[in-house]
Amino acid sequence: MTVRVQPEAFDAGAELNAFAVGRRDVGAIVSFTGVVRDTDGTLHQMEIEHYPAMTERAIAGIVEDAKTRWDLKDVLVIHRYGILPAGAPIMMVATASAHRADAFAAADFLMDYLKSRAPFWKKETTADGSAWVAAKDDDETALDRW
Amino acid sequence: MNVMYFAWVRERIGVPQEEVQSDAATVADLVTELSAREERYAAAFADISALRVALDQELSDFEAPLAGVREVAFFPPMTGG
Repeated sequence: MTVRVQPEAFDAGAELNAFAVGRRDVGAIVSFTGVVRDTDGTLHQMEIEHYPAMTERAIAGIVEDAKTRWDLKDVLVIHRYGILPAGAPIMMVATASAHRADAFAAADFLMDYLKSRAPFWKKETTADGSAWVAAKDDDETALDRW
Repeated sequence: MNVMYFAWVRERIGVPQEEVQSDAATVADLVTELSAREERYAAAFADISALRVALDQELSDFEAPLAGVREVAFFPPMTGG
């Protein structure tokens, strides 16, 4: 299991290849990459704040929870903080399992929990100014699926 | 104890963290105490249903006791991912 919280950009393809290389015990690797979205072309930047003393521990707890629910051989979580431009990767999750159902479900679970249980806050700056991104009710109800 | 604030809570209160001397029994008591101090706290804590709290870096709730707690953090619902 690898958890990295960092300001630096990362190459999702290279990370996925490194995660997958040399494995003989898995039949399925699933990955998700979250990207800074600029739907209508007005975003100047996204700033992500986090709670350094809590972040890695909270993510590790979520990963441990996933490992008790599904047969996972390995998990990778990378999450950035700081100032990010539109189109930049924010975070990625990769799961490795014997079978695809477990790898898909665990990646989906990890995303739901990282969204509303890991201490990150997004602030968007556009020509109109800056505003904190509000959590959606859907984000909270998504957790009830699990 | 060390009290930390994140995102708009930090902006509204004006500091990222501060040392607070308090005998508050619960998080809710601490919120009441801080809100009585200055308007900027009252503004940040006006609707605690819009806030989350962590005690010693673990998510908790406003009814939780503060005995033995070294760090309290207040923040809006998280928006990771």
